[in-house]
Amino acid sequence: MTSTFLPDKRSGPDVAPPPPAVASARGRARRRTLNWLTAVGFQVPALVLFIALVLLPMLFALYAAFFRWGGFGMPSDYTGADNFTRLFQDPVFLGDLWRCLVLVVLSLALQLPFALAMAVALNQRLRGRAVYRMLFFAPYVLSEAITGVLFGMVFAPDDGLADHVLGGIGLDGLGGEWFADPSYVMATLFLVMTWKYFGFHMMLYLAGLQSIPAELTEAALIDGANPWQRFRNVTLPLLAPTLRISVFLSVIGAIQLFDLVWVITQGGPDHHSETMAVTMFQYGFKRYQVGYASAISVVMFGICLVFALAYQRFVLRRDLEGATTTMRGAGK
Amino acid sequence: MGDPALSRRGFLAASVAAGLGVTALSGCGGDSDGGSSSGTTTIEWWNISTTEPTKTVWAGLAKKFEAQNPKVKVKIVQLENDAYKSKMTALTASGKLPDIFHTWGGGVLKQQVDAGLVEDLSDPTKPWADGLLPVARQPYLLDNKLYGIPFDIGMIGFWYNKALFKQAGITAPPTTWSGFLDAVRKLKAKGITPLALAGKEKWPGMYYWAYLAMRTAGVDALRKADDAKDFTGAGFVEAGQHLKDLVGLQPFQKGFLGAAYSTPTGQAAAVGNGKAAMELMGQWAPVVEADAGKGLGSDLGFFPFPAVEGGKGAITEVFGGGGGHALRKGAPQAAVDFLKFFVAESTDVELVKKTGVLPVVPAAESAISDPNTKAVQAQLKGATGFQLYLDQAYAPAVGQEVNDSVAALIAGSKSPEQVAQSITKTAKEEQ
Repeated sequence: MTSTFLPDKRSGPDVAPPPPAVASARGRARRRTLNWLTAVGFQVPALVLFIALVLLPMLFALYAAFFRWGGFGMPSDYTGADNFTRLFQDPVFLGDLWRCLVLVVLSLALQLPFALAMAVALNQRLRGRAVYRMLFFAPYVLSEAITGVLFGMVFAPDDGLADHVLGGIGLDGLGGEWFADPSYVMATLFLVMTWKYFGFHMMLYLAGLQSIPAELTEAALIDGANPWQRFRNVTLPLLAPTLRISVFLSVIGAIQLFDLVWVITQGGPDHHSETMAVTMFQYGFKRYQVGYASAISVVMFGICLVFALAYQRFVLRRDLEGATTTMRGAGK
Repeated sequence: MGDPALSRRGFLAASVAAGLGVTALSGCGGDSDGGSSSGTTTIEWWNISTTEPTKTVWAGLAKKFEAQNPKVKVKIVQLENDAYKSKMTALTASGKLPDIFHTWGGGVLKQQVDAGLVEDLSDPTKPWADGLLPVARQPYLLDNKLYGIPFDIGMIGFWYNKALFKQAGITAPPTTWSGFLDAVRKLKAKGITPLALAGKEKWPGMYYWAYLAMRTAGVDALRKADDAKDFTGAGFVEAGQHLKDLVGLQPFQKGFLGAAYSTPTGQAAAVGNGKAAMELMGQWAPVVEADAGKGLGSDLGFFPFPAVEGGKGAITEVFGGGGGHALRKGAPQAAVDFLKFFVAESTDVELVKKTGVLPVVPAAESAISDPNTKAVQAQLKGATGFQLYLDQAYAPAVGQEVNDSVAALIAGSKSPEQVAQSITKTAKEEQ
């Protein structure tokens, strides 16, 4: 799979290698075997670790999802697809799916555009822009657990910083119970997520913006394009590959969201901020219904897999094949 | 320009994380060795006293026992609470337990007994175990046989701020549920938050429902309902209704649904800082109140959970639990000797004084100096019935479902009937 992306393969049959000398054919074959052995030698340790610690446990989770199993000994109480039928009748899990969708939509509609705007702003000549870049990126470096504890205190009803600040500027009415209010918990959570992650996407975009040759923007300027046109028709298309990667990471992140939620609300109040990963943790490690928790993890895996494959197939394909310059099949 | 490695890695990371949650569980093995070598007997003692001062005090007691019994060596294995629980589950599955091990009694101990792994202590401890505080032995009595010896006992009750009660004109702590609701109304009328509750953690809310169920349906109801896998009896629905009445008065602090228990903005701190008048909590409450908040000092008082008018339960029945030790089947006589040593009056006095546990030997109660601890002790001593903490009495899934459903009732999304049905459903799913 990897080799098809390599530029030398893409150059195609018309750039054929020079005809091999007959005398060295055997030596070449031996060298190829040696190369192959070297490659295998280097891969085996990683492969063994990957199979033992990733692949087998994943397959085991898939197996356990069809059992009622408390997590100790081997699963023996086979229940067929019961765990999955129960899962899709569980209002909490259906709520998880809905909340996941909400987070994905909010991330794509608000968080990423915000990150893009900040990136474009910080790509201008600006006094102290390095400081701003660092400041905005800093939250991403902070661990999720620390972020959770921090914002748990910031948004503490009455005593928290948020309510004090709002009170201080005469907006007491906007203060509330934040994470403790079932109606506002998701909005507050999204606020924290944006604070935490927009810097990362901003950095991605900045890197993308800096790889856009200044000549193109200048040419557009000479052609009389206004700032919006320059952004819309020059910057954005050339930034598209970065955007696509950023969207991918953002969606996968939303599907897997766990640590922030666990530290701040544990999914509460009354399941209003629960995510699939939190539900899985509750059943696996609190209730010891490991079979059911495995079923949740299998569904999560399935969602990630389908999304990742579909996204690669339909969205990232253009990037993987060399953007606009090379057509599919040219490498064959 | 695109970077295939990045996207693949992202994809892999996603897939791995999804599968990984379950991985960690399958990795728990078990190993244990004990037994004797020539001449001296070595007994292994597994406990969860990993914090000071208990750790040092217990190690000192083991030394003292060794000095009294030269042919016995005590090997201490200390594990942190949660690590201990999962290790013991693995050991139970493997079929071999340590000589002496920590137990909370109840359902987990019963599983180990049913698997034939625990020594019946009824006869070996015959004369001296009868002298222990009756309520402290309750968690380890299964089918009238004693499987464990307690070293600590405690209970849940209301901890209240005497100054705030006085301010609201409440002269004496309420002894009935309607009296309690009146007190809540009086406090509210004075602008005082009557109750602090850690809604985020769910288990503190469960205490209300469990106590109300004991008071309405009777002290045996919770155990019987678990055995019968049926919580839909009238008493349980009634308990939920009483709790709903309380919730209807909006007695809890602002934002209680998101509050934790022991954090600086949590339940214990709200009481410890005088922001709320009461909390329903175990005998450890004063320590946590002083730790997370300022603490109330002499303003802090204790009263038992009130009786419910017309209910089958009495105000003298307690909801609580403690800590004890059990022996593996076939443990050496030295292990029994050690248990006897551990509840000797001199040992218990030392434990009460130095580690802050409540006495399990009636004579050791003279060692208590704190008036609130004395009040709890008096309540325990006069207890006419006992219900073990639900997370120890019930299977984990059932215990969690009780917490979860009661939390939903308090948040207003489940009715008393739905709480009873949800718990019943989960209880039936477990076997």
